Amino acid sequence: MSQPAIDVRYVANLARLELSDEEINTFQPQLEAILKHVETLSQLDVSGIEPTSYPAPVFDRMRDDEPHESLPPEAVLQNAPDRAQGQIRVPKVVADA
Amino acid sequence: MISTLRHQLVSGETTPEAILKKLAGDISARDGQTGAYLSHDLESALNEAANADLSLPLGGIPIAIKDNINVLGQPCTAGSKFLSENYESPYDATVIQKLRAAGAIPFGRTNLDEFAMGSATENSALKLTRNPHDPERIPGGSSGGSAAAVADLTAIAALGSDTGGSIRQPASHCGVVGLKPSYGRVSRFGLIAFASSLDQIGPLTHSVEDAALILQAIAGYDERDSTSLDVPVPDYLTGLNDGVKGLKLGLPKEYFGDGIDPGVRQKVEKAVQALADQGAELVEISLPHTQYAVATYYVIAPAEASSNLSRFDGIRYGHRTASPTDILDLYKKSREEGFGPEVKRRIILGTYVLSSGYYDAYYSQAQKVRTLIRRDFENAFEKVDAILSPVAPSPARKIGALGDDPLQDYLADIFTIAANLAGIPAISVPVGTVDSDGGKNLPVGLQILGPHLGEAKLLQIAKAAEAL
Repeated sequence: MSQPAIDVRYVANLARLELSDEEINTFQPQLEAILKHVETLSQLDVSGIEPTSYPAPVFDRMRDDEPHESLPPEAVLQNAPDRAQGQIRVPKVVADA
Repeated sequence: MISTLRHQLVSGETTPEAILKKLAGDISARDGQTGAYLSHDLESALNEAANADLSLPLGGIPIAIKDNINVLGQPCTAGSKFLSENYESPYDATVIQKLRAAGAIPFGRTNLDEFAMGSATENSALKLTRNPHDPERIPGGSSGGSAAAVADLTAIAALGSDTGGSIRQPASHCGVVGLKPSYGRVSRFGLIAFASSLDQIGPLTHSVEDAALILQAIAGYDERDSTSLDVPVPDYLTGLNDGVKGLKLGLPKEYFGDGIDPGVRQKVEKAVQALADQGAELVEISLPHTQYAVATYYVIAPAEASSNLSRFDGIRYGHRTASPTDILDLYKKSREEGFGPEVKRRIILGTYVLSSGYYDAYYSQAQKVRTLIRRDFENAFEKVDAILSPVAPSPARKIGALGDDPLQDYLADIFTIAANLAGIPAISVPVGTVDSDGGKNLPVGLQILGPHLGEAKLLQIAKAAEAL
């Protein structure tokens, strides 16, 4: 790893964030400073070391295949910013034919 | 505090309604200055109080809840504009169900850094919280509202969440007890996820005994959180007064190096010596990868956050931008308008370290260093029963003193974040106050770290340290 060269606008787009120019100018040096600190990790030889995803053992657990109560539709929909006919309404996602 | 109140409740000397009304009065009187609470609903709490079962272990005891834990019918803002407009929890988090099953009454929602990202509560998009010991200073964070409410006596006890020190550091700064349980000890179901391999819910309390009482109520397996551990929950109260005689307590040389405020060092060393005087054996140990903990954390935590926070898309709940041109515009503008700067910074950082071409250099590398940090603790706990250290290098800093340099606050997390990376339990216990940086009588905490699922012994040592 050499000098960090993060393209903030490009990464923000991947993260579905529309940043202002002012924000990009603020974040750029801050993120570079953080990444510079993070690069100290590259000093360590980790060959043969297993990665840790969870600090305690995690198992896939199958629940019993039995019907049980879940949230009623009204509770699921109550926080939706826009809804109609018992569904969440969003802008059109397919192009006109 | 809780056991005294419980005696008064059982004997009829007081009632849950009277306790709630007193708290509501104290909130009205003092919280305008402190700003610990984002909201509280006295009426619904009084309705619960009317049916309180005083025979239960926490019967009739109100507990304040950090505003990133869902309580049915209440707001849950996560300190963010994204959720402050029109979100109402459609369900109870498992910890809330468990507190209620133990007789407690969730009352009041405490302020936090937005989505629990921060260590000063200054990143709350909704409110400024002040340290009750010095209103010019931060309460710490991210559970700053919970710590400040307990310290300000506007809460009997509170729940917080701890991803890198967010229970322990504000507890230290506000002079209260704060416990981060072992990873998997407490269900995270209903906690708004920040970094799922690091987050744990825990208590902030007036005493170690109160922390034990609350842990007892909230610990245990939950089929709705596959990372909660299906192992028996021990009795955290029986051995609480067993003392430290014969226990081996480790002092990691990396945690007592340069950069610690002289007053903090003196208070922590005095508490360590007092435990030795009570019969504990002090052992110098080494946690050789300590210097890499902050860097490891600031890869893994933002990576997980960037993934977790993708759910805030403006579709199903929370903020949606006013007139989007299309679905992509809706996502991008809703998130731009709803999130504050620290959250955006971490989402970008996390997205970057997970992105093609950088994944191995940053994320995989950090996961492997995390293994080395975890092993440091495993090796240490072969030699000692627990580890002692400061919680934070300095007492609470002044509000606004950080300026434009978030890395400075990140580096101050050095003593707390390793416990999250390793998944081990850790507690902050007040051990006095210091004058520092122009401030007077600023609280200092001692941190005690134990092996995974070793909360009982941790609380026992904390009880001995508390009695000093």
